Amino acid sequence: MIHSLFLINASGDIFLEKHWKSVVSRSVCDYFFEAQERATEPENVPPVIPTPHHYLISVLRHRIYFVAVIQSEVPPLFVIEFLHRVVDTFQDYFGVCTEAAIKDNVVVVYELLEEMLDNGFPLATESNILKELIKPPTILRTMVNTITGSTNVGEQLPTGQLSVVPWRRTGVKYTNNEAYFDVVEEIDAIIDKSGSTITAEIQGVIDACVKLTGMPDLTLSFMNPRLLDDVSFHPCVRFKRWEAERILSFIPPDGNFRLLSYHVSSQNLVAIPVYVKHNITFREGSSQGRFDLTLGPKQTMGKAVESVLVSSQLPRGVLNTNLNPSQGTYTFDPVTKLLTWDVGKINPQKLPSLKGTMSLQAGASKPDENPTINIQFKIQQMAISGLKVNRLDMYGEKYKPFKGIKYMTKAGKFQVRT
Amino acid sequence: MLDSNKDSLKLEAMKRIVAMIARGKNASDLFPAVVKNVACKNIEVKKLVYVYLVRYAEEQQDLALLSISTFQRGLKDPNQLIRASALRVLSSIRVTIIVPIMMLAIKEAASDMSPYVRKTAAHAIPKLYSLDPEQKDQLIEVIEKLLADKTTLVAGSVVMAFEEVCPERIDLIHKNYRKLCNLLIDVEEWGQVVIINMLTRYARTQFLNPNINESLLEEGGSGEKTFYGSDDEEDEDEEEKEKKAETAAMAKRKPYVMDPDHRLLLRNTKPLLQSRNAAVVMAVAQLYFHLAPKAEVGVIAKALVRLLRSHSEVQYVVLQNVATMTIKRRGMFEPYLKSFYIRSTDPTQIKVLKLEVLTNLANETNISTILREFQTYIKSMDKDFVAATIQAIGRCATNIGEVRDTCLNGLVQLLSNRDELVVAESVVVIKKLLQMQPEKHSDIIKHMAKLTDNIQVPMARASILWLIGEYCEHVPKIAPDVLRKMAKSFTNEEDIVKLQIINLAAKLYLTNSKQTKLLTQYVLNLAKYDQNYDIRDRARFIRQLIVPTEKSGALSKYAKKLFLALKPAPVLESPFKDRDHFQLGSLSHLLNAKAGGYQELPDWPEAAPDPSVRNVEVFTLLERVTTLTSVPEWTKCSSREKRKEKKVEKPFYSDSEGESGPTESADSESDSGSGSESASGSEVSASGSESEESEEGSESEEEEQKDKKKTKKELKKPVQESESEQSSEEEERKHARKSKISKSESESESDEEDESESESSESESEDSESEAEVKKKKKAAESKPPCKPVKKENKKEKKEISLLDLDDFDPTPSPQVTPVNSFLSSSLVTDLEGLSLSDSVLAPATMAPSSALKSYELLHRITGEGLQVEFCFSRQPFSPDANMVAVQMHFTNNASADAKSLHMEDVKLQSGMRVREFPEIELLPAGETATAVMGIDFCDSTQAANFQLCTQTRKFFVSIQPPVGELMRPVFLTENEFKKEQGQLMGMNEITEKLTLDATCRNEHTIVQRVTAAANLSRVPCGSDKECSPPVPPPDHPVYRFAGRTVTSGSLVLVTVVTREEGAAQLTVNCEKMVIGTMLVKDILLALTQ
Repeated sequence: MIHSLFLINASGDIFLEKHWKSVVSRSVCDYFFEAQERATEPENVPPVIPTPHHYLISVLRHRIYFVAVIQSEVPPLFVIEFLHRVVDTFQDYFGVCTEAAIKDNVVVVYELLEEMLDNGFPLATESNILKELIKPPTILRTMVNTITGSTNVGEQLPTGQLSVVPWRRTGVKYTNNEAYFDVVEEIDAIIDKSGSTITAEIQGVIDACVKLTGMPDLTLSFMNPRLLDDVSFHPCVRFKRWEAERILSFIPPDGNFRLLSYHVSSQNLVAIPVYVKHNITFREGSSQGRFDLTLGPKQTMGKAVESVLVSSQLPRGVLNTNLNPSQGTYTFDPVTKLLTWDVGKINPQKLPSLKGTMSLQAGASKPDENPTINIQFKIQQMAISGLKVNRLDMYGEKYKPFKGIKYMTKAGKFQVRT
Repeated sequence: MLDSNKDSLKLEAMKRIVAMIARGKNASDLFPAVVKNVACKNIEVKKLVYVYLVRYAEEQQDLALLSISTFQRGLKDPNQLIRASALRVLSSIRVTIIVPIMMLAIKEAASDMSPYVRKTAAHAIPKLYSLDPEQKDQLIEVIEKLLADKTTLVAGSVVMAFEEVCPERIDLIHKNYRKLCNLLIDVEEWGQVVIINMLTRYARTQFLNPNINESLLEEGGSGEKTFYGSDDEEDEDEEEKEKKAETAAMAKRKPYVMDPDHRLLLRNTKPLLQSRNAAVVMAVAQLYFHLAPKAEVGVIAKALVRLLRSHSEVQYVVLQNVATMTIKRRGMFEPYLKSFYIRSTDPTQIKVLKLEVLTNLANETNISTILREFQTYIKSMDKDFVAATIQAIGRCATNIGEVRDTCLNGLVQLLSNRDELVVAESVVVIKKLLQMQPEKHSDIIKHMAKLTDNIQVPMARASILWLIGEYCEHVPKIAPDVLRKMAKSFTNEEDIVKLQIINLAAKLYLTNSKQTKLLTQYVLNLAKYDQNYDIRDRARFIRQLIVPTEKSGALSKYAKKLFLALKPAPVLESPFKDRDHFQLGSLSHLLNAKAGGYQELPDWPEAAPDPSVRNVEVFTLLERVTTLTSVPEWTKCSSREKRKEKKVEKPFYSDSEGESGPTESADSESDSGSGSESASGSEVSASGSESEESEEGSESEEEEQKDKKKTKKELKKPVQESESEQSSEEEERKHARKSKISKSESESESDEEDESESESSESESEDSESEAEVKKKKKAAESKPPCKPVKKENKKEKKEISLLDLDDFDPTPSPQVTPVNSFLSSSLVTDLEGLSLSDSVLAPATMAPSSALKSYELLHRITGEGLQVEFCFSRQPFSPDANMVAVQMHFTNNASADAKSLHMEDVKLQSGMRVREFPEIELLPAGETATAVMGIDFCDSTQAANFQLCTQTRKFFVSIQPPVGELMRPVFLTENEFKKEQGQLMGMNEITEKLTLDATCRNEHTIVQRVTAAANLSRVPCGSDKECSPPVPPPDHPVYRFAGRTVTSGSLVLVTVVTREEGAAQLTVNCEKMVIGTMLVKDILLALTQ
């Protein structure tokens, strides 16, 4: 299926190649570069590029293109999903997935790729299994290895692959047994000029960090499972149990994983926690434009709106801005025309605002488009949909684990049109 | 450094080499030095050498051969993981000379007992195939074998191999279809994708189109009608047509009934929509789109919309597919309209695709909101996107009549836009729109004529010129003026514009020759000397046509008709319109071109192919369905039928035993067990008189006939398929039997003796039975060898299928049936229970020991306040879940009051363990008894399953702890297989213990009995001691072998008892699971020495 993989950095250098079948010359990437040139923005490179003999399927993450070469029919999502999995694994191993990190750990990368794919077909993609096969590099281990000459390839052969719960390592041991769950909800919304909501939906995930000894069997139940409209699970979750009782029952993988992602049914009206008052105008004939933006909280149930960040792509005609924020800092990049304003926390008593003028290209006619405003924010200790975890129980092991649940609401793709 | 003695130096060197490879530098010079290290002890060095080897072996074939022997050694390693990795590397080396070695290795690995190794074998198949396609036939054999594998680990990989090597051999799938459907949810995600795609194709060839009525209608309707025709009309039409089509279809075909297998596939794939893997979701979505009835396709919309939250590449692919789906099934995505709204941060390609989807979704009800959205999009900074939006507006306008004018006005406003691209795009779209009703819009045409001065985009200019030319009658004054301007700038125009100028000139000449004659001449002259030959040709052609000369023929008379014919309005179509002939989600669909290796999605068959091809192994599945869902009567008759069936078979099989014993070793082996057993039966109670026997025989025959009648009656009713299958199978067998009987009647007699003896002993053991009951018992006795016939079949098929399968095969009127029908009268229940007991008593050696099952107390009469519960391990396979051990519970109500609603609660299990609860017993009257069966997956450990047994009023804490011997199920192995497997389980996995046999326990029978009582194992028949023919005395020091597999993980458990003089003996247990092995040794030791 997948013949080869090329990693290409932002400047167009192929800095890693790996072949699972016969070697494919790297000249095949020329087609990719061609497509890259045609596309104006990096993210506009088509994910699938046909060439006379091969097909190139690429994903862009962390400013690195992962280009897979395939030769015959294969579901494109299969390859794309796999490439993303590769990136996730790298991130998991090296903390970041940058060119430097990959180059530093080229041997580990190679070993990983070797294990993840056999003859182009995915073999072991569960991070728990991979970690058993190849230990992730840590500073301590690198030091020890250089001194003793030992390896970071697992001495023990992996047993996880053979067990009924392939996602969990065997023989896990912790002194502190902990299980943390983060319920994170994101609001995707488009707000129109007049402030009314065009679309708004809530997407949530439950990320877990489980460090429990042995083979614990967990069940997690919700106070209001009806809220969840559409869910997708980590493979460890027993689907039947969910169907029947609306209870999440699972043997967790070891470490960090995404237990569940869900969509809150759209019948419920979504509470929009912030509002924006804006007045952005360009006058015909003058080389000045006015910019006036005020943020305010609304429907936050008494919780503070934090880490607010406003960004907006201003029209090409804008040369510079002269703005005055009432709090936080703002920057304007005259090349990309990107305005960002780091607001911080919204104080309901004193609403943050950003006011001032924009200088336009002299003589040019006024831009006819108005910029859209993207907002990011966080609200701690609240799930905006009202979802609540009822209880978490553990079976199968004797000890008492420490359990923790955290709620958070974030802005997802939150846009205000002006 | 590679030659160094130190591993650390070697490692360092290898790391550098691998880094070179990664950067794409050639490191092939180092090949000899690297290959030397292939046998290195250090694992990491070894791995890196493998990496190197796989990369360069192709270039240096001769040197690569040096390494082969290392892998061959690895293939024999006792550790399954080492075997697997050796096979993996061996098969990855692309050297043609080793093809035979690879073939051999794959074949061997395919029958390896570790599923992981088998998986690797499946992976190796496509590798070998790409290396040498001539091996195809042999590989197909291997694939066929692996397809029959029951483990989830293998399924994905082997289907992958199937798709690469022989996707056309759809016949291989038949027998495995239902198994694949059932396993699907437990297969790893990548395997799921491959299997689902394959099953889609399979289903297309095997089942009827569930939308048969609609598709008829489509054939009739969609021919001249566009999809975009206004919705109301279409709906009405559709309804009408539907009626017509329905009647037509009714006349033509029978009403559509979905094949149960088709339903099975749809049902089992549905939960996978919840997968986190986008590829799996997409695969299921396409399966539903291609296979599901129209009404059910809707479920996939939600899941697909969810994928839109994912990475942009995923969005891109999903949107492409959604776009295709929306054309066919618009209603499906309408509720999710807002999810396709565009954000300014989306990449352009995503925006364009979303726009496409929005356009497809537009109808009268939502058009206003969509248009409002479009208006905001037009203000976007992304010009390509704006252009696409304008086209989308144009398409909406053509599709939905009501908004055409609004759209047109909006577009005209755009003509004053400052951006040229926007204007140009609008012009092109307006041109298309105007063609629909030009007479109303002459002012727009005038407006556009003015634009020619400003617009520079050639496509737009050409469009304007064409418009003016086409509708010059509406703008008689302006048209000549435009031509004048154009003539002036003719030489500087682009080619398409020039062509349109010529066209305009020609048309004006025909309508208004007075004003434009000179201008036309001038333009044509200019064109005559143009650089482009197209333009020169066109000019020459037009001149001949329109300018009347003496030479000009008949054609010029018709010039006006030629040029000014009414042209049909163009239809603005989605580029995704015809894409759905590609399988959705495939690469070919995405590219709208056939990719290499793409397998066409076949059309639905006209008539369904024979569904019975999938039946072979399916018995159990259907059985499960029936036992779980059907009414008691039906269960009864089905079980009765089975009993009868077995009865019929019995003499036959005993025939073949005797007959084939000397010749067919396999036969004699398998049957010797039962032979010995029947002998044991006679020992225990040798009082069975022959006369009784014969009577019984005739009785049973009568019974048989009665039963037959009954079943025939039943058959007439539209009963479920399984019945007819069974009966047909049975008939086949009868044929076979007849022929055999004629051959060897004398032998059969003696054999019958044996068996009936045992029967009689059975019946004697129970006192005071009525006639009817005797009959029942009899039948139960007959029900004995459900697996026997199968065994036979298997042998015929070169006994390739391991007898494991048999366990699943055992449908019997067994305990699984009884609990379901708990509302049967309790007496009947006990009867049936008796049946099941006697069943196991008489079961052949593969099944259970001849002694009664040991029962354990679960709840004492006193603590249970009158309720007494015992349980025993029935040693029947637990049909709802093969990984569970069946536990038969025996409830007795000694209290004076009725016990109500007996059920389980609050099950506390060790991790990994699972329980299938027994169905609630609604009422247990005082003094009565009841039985129920539950399944427990002990995960191959002897940890107890704790739960509460609840009645309506009380709860009792109870726990079931299995003896280790019950954690396995018997397996049939031949002696050779046994020895081979044993050879692979040496070392740590072998436990040997010396013992002195108890004085009472020195004969063969007792040893076998005790071992099988202690553990659920089956005797391995050995060719040397001829048990089937008693006259020959057994050898002095017989060896007894027993084999089984653990229930959960399926690891082999092999037990050998070697007897020596004076009761000395040696017990050997080989088992991968050492804990089980040790415990088993203890148990058996105890059993043999007590």
